[in-house]
Amino acid sequence: MNRIASILSPLALVAILLVVWELACRLMSVPVYLLPAPSAIATSLASDWSPLASAAWTTLSMALTALTIASLCACGLALLGGLNPLIEQAVQPIAVTVQVTPVVAIAPLVMIWTGLDHPGRAITILATIVAFFPIYSGAAAGLRAADPDLGRLFDLYGASRWQKLVRLRLPSAVPFLVEGHKVATALAVIGAVVAEFVAGSGGAQGLAWRIIESANRLQTARVFAALVTLAAMATLLYGLVSLAERRILAWWAGR
Amino acid sequence: MMIAQLKAVEVAYGRGPALGPVDLDLAAEEVVALVGPSGCGKSTAMRLLAGLEQPGSGRVERSIGKGQTSLVFQAPTLAPWLTALDNVALPLRLSGQSGEAARRRAGDCLAQVGLKGAVSARPAQLSGGMAMRVSLARALATEPKLLLLDEPFAALDEITRRTLADDVLALWARSRPAILFVTHNVEEAVYMAQRVLVMSPGPGRIVGDFRTPGDLPRPETFRTSAAFRETVEAVSQRLAESLKAAA
Repeated sequence: MNRIASILSPLALVAILLVVWELACRLMSVPVYLLPAPSAIATSLASDWSPLASAAWTTLSMALTALTIASLCACGLALLGGLNPLIEQAVQPIAVTVQVTPVVAIAPLVMIWTGLDHPGRAITILATIVAFFPIYSGAAAGLRAADPDLGRLFDLYGASRWQKLVRLRLPSAVPFLVEGHKVATALAVIGAVVAEFVAGSGGAQGLAWRIIESANRLQTARVFAALVTLAAMATLLYGLVSLAERRILAWWAGR
Repeated sequence: MMIAQLKAVEVAYGRGPALGPVDLDLAAEEVVALVGPSGCGKSTAMRLLAGLEQPGSGRVERSIGKGQTSLVFQAPTLAPWLTALDNVALPLRLSGQSGEAARRRAGDCLAQVGLKGAVSARPAQLSGGMAMRVSLARALATEPKLLLLDEPFAALDEITRRTLADDVLALWARSRPAILFVTHNVEEAVYMAQRVLVMSPGPGRIVGDFRTPGDLPRPETFRTSAAFRETVEAVSQRLAESLKAAA
């Protein structure tokens, strides 16, 4: 009963808001460029379905590529740092500096370096920078998180540095790695969208470009349609990652 | 034969002297309990005997190899991502045994502690007492000559700790490793050991050495015997005196 209510109550609220929105638009004859009614947005969604889907795929694939590159770099660097504390100490301040610098501010530089003809590359690189830090800090913290007493047992049984890494520190880091990747997934999508806004060119043809282009033409219903697509995509992705997180943690802890 | 020995050992940490000077020796097949209040340096003494820590001054002598020592901590300290069997097999794998042989031996050890049915269970699925048994099985897997138990029952309820005490003594009777059993429970110390050493706090020193009556493992009536009660009283009194002197 409670479960059904918890699923139905947000849906009911959305339905009520949509009805109020629709009625308000019709009764007050709000101009369609200012605020289109939900029905107009739905029509736009239906008629633009195929270009929206391909734009969504473009954004998604840039974000996922960025996530993959960020994951490889961050995990590799964290591993090196885990083997040699000197490397970790050297990398940490640089990683933090890049993290706290707004990606929007780095974007023009990256655009210049990748060439104006390849906005897709620039967007992927910028999303990679955004996604790097949570994975790196998660991996670095995870590699330090092993139970110290378990570490003493490894020492007592004469484990090599490599055995300690593979059999103790990496498995201990799993929950941290999962959390880092979860945060990074959400950030990679945000990074890809923000970077496309900054790039401001249609070269990449992602969802952000559809929003810019439609807004410039005051096609507000199309802006909303692209927004809805973006929100749906991000939510779906987050849901999948959360599911994967639960599965992996359940397997890890044996529960 | 002597297994491990501390000779006039002293240890100091940043906040001041923690241990010593302490003389302590463990003979082969001997079960010794070390009692003292929390923070008196019992665990430090244990890490010295294990060879995990070096003394500031004095000598640690061991007649056995590093691989012949086993440790059990206050917490089960199992790897949550491994099954009970793989946890027990871990020390054997680390010493280079093949997976097959290590698992077979681990299975035998789990059977010895009465956990034949929990082979594929994960630590999260085990009760506190069962997890501690797995930890014991892991310690026994390498057939140690020296078994160091660092307050292994402290987190368990009274019934479980009594059962486990008998189990440890039964296991000891099979392969007879030398055991150093650290605890702050006097009754447990007298019940478990042939010799009880009393340690005083700040810095830790040995202030009493009592021989307990009777043989190991203990008969069922041992806890109610007069000899047991007398030894417990004597040890408790010495402990109280040392605390008063330190205060």
